[in-house]
Amino acid sequence: MRCLSHNFHFARNYLREEVLPSPFCSGCGCGTLANCFLKAIEETGHEDLKQFVFCSGIGCSSWIPSPHFKADTIHVTHGRSIPVALGIKLARPDLKVVVFGGDGDLVGIGLNHLIQAARRNLDVTVIMANNMIYGMTGGQIAPTTPLGVKTSTTPFGSFEYPLDVSRLVVASGASYVARWTTFHAMQLKEAIREGLAKEGLSFIEVITQCPAIFGRRLGMEDGRRMLHWFRENSVHISKAKDMDDKVLAGKIVVGEFVNVEKHGLLRNIDEMKKKVTRTEQA
Amino acid sequence: MSTRLTTARPGTHFWQGNVACAEGALAAGCRFFAGYPITPANEISEWMSLRMPYLEGVCIQLEDEIASMGAVIGASWGGLKSMTATSGPGFSLMQENIGLAIMTETPCVVVDVQRVGPSTGQATKCAQGDIMQARWGTHGDHEIIALAPNSVQEMFDLTIKAFNLSEQYRMPVIILSDEIVSHLRERIDLPEHIEIAERREILQPPYFTSGNEFPKGMPPLGRGLAVSVTGSSHDSTGIRATSDPEIHRKLVEGLTSKIRRDRDKLADFEMTKVEDCSIGVISFGCTSRAVYDAIEIVAERGINVGHLRLRTIWPFPEEQVRELAEATSKVLVPEMNLGQLSLEVERVAPENTKIIPVNKIGGGLMFTPEEISSAMLQNVAR
Repeated sequence: MRCLSHNFHFARNYLREEVLPSPFCSGCGCGTLANCFLKAIEETGHEDLKQFVFCSGIGCSSWIPSPHFKADTIHVTHGRSIPVALGIKLARPDLKVVVFGGDGDLVGIGLNHLIQAARRNLDVTVIMANNMIYGMTGGQIAPTTPLGVKTSTTPFGSFEYPLDVSRLVVASGASYVARWTTFHAMQLKEAIREGLAKEGLSFIEVITQCPAIFGRRLGMEDGRRMLHWFRENSVHISKAKDMDDKVLAGKIVVGEFVNVEKHGLLRNIDEMKKKVTRTEQA
Repeated sequence: MSTRLTTARPGTHFWQGNVACAEGALAAGCRFFAGYPITPANEISEWMSLRMPYLEGVCIQLEDEIASMGAVIGASWGGLKSMTATSGPGFSLMQENIGLAIMTETPCVVVDVQRVGPSTGQATKCAQGDIMQARWGTHGDHEIIALAPNSVQEMFDLTIKAFNLSEQYRMPVIILSDEIVSHLRERIDLPEHIEIAERREILQPPYFTSGNEFPKGMPPLGRGLAVSVTGSSHDSTGIRATSDPEIHRKLVEGLTSKIRRDRDKLADFEMTKVEDCSIGVISFGCTSRAVYDAIEIVAERGINVGHLRLRTIWPFPEEQVRELAEATSKVLVPEMNLGQLSLEVERVAPENTKIIPVNKIGGGLMFTPEEISSAMLQNVAR
């Protein structure tokens, strides 16, 4: 039963009470992301999550839906949430399939699946919480860790360039790509609403704070300081277009990277099937 | 079990093993196939891609075998009977998600058309080196079901059986074919009706095995059940519990005992001439075809051979192997590897049994009947 009392947080309509409180560290951005997602769900008129299936891999943000969401949730192997989501979506096109995952999960071990899903324009929403580190395992370098940052496996500083994931997903062919930070809660919620309504792959990258494992290495062991850092360093994509790379170094480009109408995988499969039945009739 | 019309035309056909496997899957109700190109399994996905659109199913080629196995798990939870097919190198990549299918009790079928390994080995040549990989390829304590066909007919029949078992036991079932059986073309007779285990839905917990409690079906998605599926340790409702020793112990006990207690029921085999024989042979897959000829060769010299041909490799048919060993006291185990099945025979046969592994690293060459018959003669003479 949906509860509308003012003393009752709206998100509790969508959460499994028996698994609360969540295991996230103090100051973690996963709560903000869950909140933004569920707000988008509420605003689009969903009274429950019956129409959704959530699929997630391994990592802190994979725990946002599993087990917290009162929904069908499939929690799989590290990096493989997108292939499993593909199987679910092709078997049940009537359900909305949403993938939650971190940067290590989706673009470390699972990057190929993300690129290929964007290429296919698979009708799934992928929400990537990018905390720039492997948080759950204790702070090892990720493909998104900025150059020079000390991690538990780069104690003298990272010697690799980080991946610009959103730009990669745009280049791979997704219908919708946006990047926001947990500081931009309203914009993030709007992007999730927009992404859920798209045909084809929608990808929302969320730069999120991990004060316990990442922030403390940068002298920001307080989540609020990291949010402040996001605010100070974010540049909207409309402004970033005219800025050169040197000025943009160390900045977080936020906004909508692409938003196009394009047939998704499901529709393309249906078109192929129609062709087959036409041939059969002829 | 229910009866269903076969999807292919009943009657006699001249088919390739891989085609028979694909048709067996379709007849069993398989409506999702995901795979990645690999020799010698390609004909299965090619055939599926031709047939699926007519049957309202989906066949899709994915970026690798890891994704293929993942998609098969997703589609199975989505309610479709699902399959993938591969060979050794791809089977290696699938192992992690095979473990996920075991842990999440997801019915699905994995075809491994064995080729020469290790690594890339000889892509187009036959071997039987994946016996132990099928059993122990994925980590942790688990049981598995693996079936080994030896003819085009059995590629069809055992694929149907694999789907039925996967639904009944809610787990992945492996078809251990090999390059020779898969690429063989021979006569096959399709029946009009076949026995099918349909997907059973359950609408309340327990959704997962725990101890002796075994779910009677699978909870469907999209019906408001809030099904939690996880590869982490979980209780019978599916909620993750990674710090509770009791929940984990009951989970693993359940996952393994559901197979162990049915070992005899699962044993599918052909046992011939066990009385008054001077020697026994245990074989499977393509090797068994050379064994049939070898038995005829030595019969001309008046030697009777007891033959146990295994269709079920895992769980290992312990009782049947013991029975043969007790009747013959000498057991020949020919296989196209350096001795994998023979280790299992050694494990279960009575102590006084003489077990004679006949191993062939053929490098592409199959056993000849003479190689096996001469091994029989040598050991009978002693």
